[in-house]
Amino acid sequence: MAPLPLRAQNPSEAELDARKIVGVNAETVTNVTSTDFPHHYPGEDHTWDKSKFEETFKVQFHLNSPLVASFSLIGIDASVANAFRRILLAEVPTLAIEYCFVNNNTSIIQDEVLAARLGLVPLKGGKQGLLEFLKWFPKPEEDTTGEEQFAKAYDYNTISLSLRVECTRNNNASKGETDPRKLYHNAHVYAKDIQFKPFGRQSNYFNGEYVIAPTNPDILIAKLRPGQCIDVDMHAIKGVGSDHAKFSPVATASYRLMPAITITKPILGNDAEKFARCFPEGVIALETVTRKEAAQKGSGYEGHEGEKKAVVRDPARDTVSRECLRHEEFNGKVKLGRVRDHFIFSVESVGQWDSDEMFLEAIKILKSKCERLKGNLLKRA
Amino acid sequence: MSREAYQVPVMAPTPGRDAFQAAGEGPAINYLCGDCNSKVPLKKGDPIRCKECGHRVLYKERTKRMVQFEAR
Repeated sequence: MAPLPLRAQNPSEAELDARKIVGVNAETVTNVTSTDFPHHYPGEDHTWDKSKFEETFKVQFHLNSPLVASFSLIGIDASVANAFRRILLAEVPTLAIEYCFVNNNTSIIQDEVLAARLGLVPLKGGKQGLLEFLKWFPKPEEDTTGEEQFAKAYDYNTISLSLRVECTRNNNASKGETDPRKLYHNAHVYAKDIQFKPFGRQSNYFNGEYVIAPTNPDILIAKLRPGQCIDVDMHAIKGVGSDHAKFSPVATASYRLMPAITITKPILGNDAEKFARCFPEGVIALETVTRKEAAQKGSGYEGHEGEKKAVVRDPARDTVSRECLRHEEFNGKVKLGRVRDHFIFSVESVGQWDSDEMFLEAIKILKSKCERLKGNLLKRA
Repeated sequence: MSREAYQVPVMAPTPGRDAFQAAGEGPAINYLCGDCNSKVPLKKGDPIRCKECGHRVLYKERTKRMVQFEAR
């Protein structure tokens, strides 16, 4: 078999860019898989190279607050971007209530339901303590019972919490009062009623503003009426989201691909305004056709000086609704797509970690996994 | 020696339900009235009736023992 003819010249910049675009048509999506791997294009070298990756990879932050972060990873493969997302959801460890010891509960909410609700309350605390001091709690065997289960509960792997609330009548309430929160004391049990009980060295790490407490103090846990009470002791331990969603540090972590809008032929006048309305606000801007553009032959602007034209201002705000593809007047004038290696991440923390440091933590976890794999491979070789 | 081996009862047989005894024997156990939620101490043989409101449905109190749950 004759060898495949090798392409002499390297692909042009324009072609490389075109390869990165996932085509979004009215009813189909084209060019979905990435092709930048060896032996796909004859004569082109697409072996993964660290220095080349370092050159082309970019990170852009759009928003960085403790609870929400939005940033772009540009020049990375979907498999790696998705690995980060999945690690964020399921493998970054956090603290959550795991064992509930119900001493008394006469509220209408059943013990097991109450325990499940308490488990879902997000906690916060001193980050140094949570990260460095707090270790994993070794789960007892299935058949261990009683005290033995917690024989290995020490200050470095168990956080002790308690919830002790009793509802009583408020004698100072005005007559005819109907609001149960004024009529009774402790009619509503909130997350802020959960008390941290430090023991051992815990008070060195979790004191003052670093104390272990619910991130959202106003989560309603139960409602009580006079004479009812709740008395629960709790153990919070470190866990991962793959074990239970309560350990997931994110409210959500997701990414989307950067939309690409290309106007191939000029869209002018009223059409331009209609075109802008096909997109979310800020995606398409209207500019006036300058004399220079109008004078240019073959640009499509001849004789349209002073008219409005549509230009793409901020494709990142687009939702790729494809609305513009439904209208005949834009037929053949616009191409929609997405940039395959531009991931716009959105990470929302529940409060135990800042959203940006959580992402760094995810990178650390992937790195340690890779090292573990490498070690195992070396052992096999 | 099995612990489960049958042991001959030493105590005198306790009278059954039918053997109506005079009230006042044995410890009083607290029940809760199904209507007014007041505590009703009852002894063996007492009529099942709330002392405050006369309601005839009484509930047992919740166990004083700790109950353990996994929060999941």
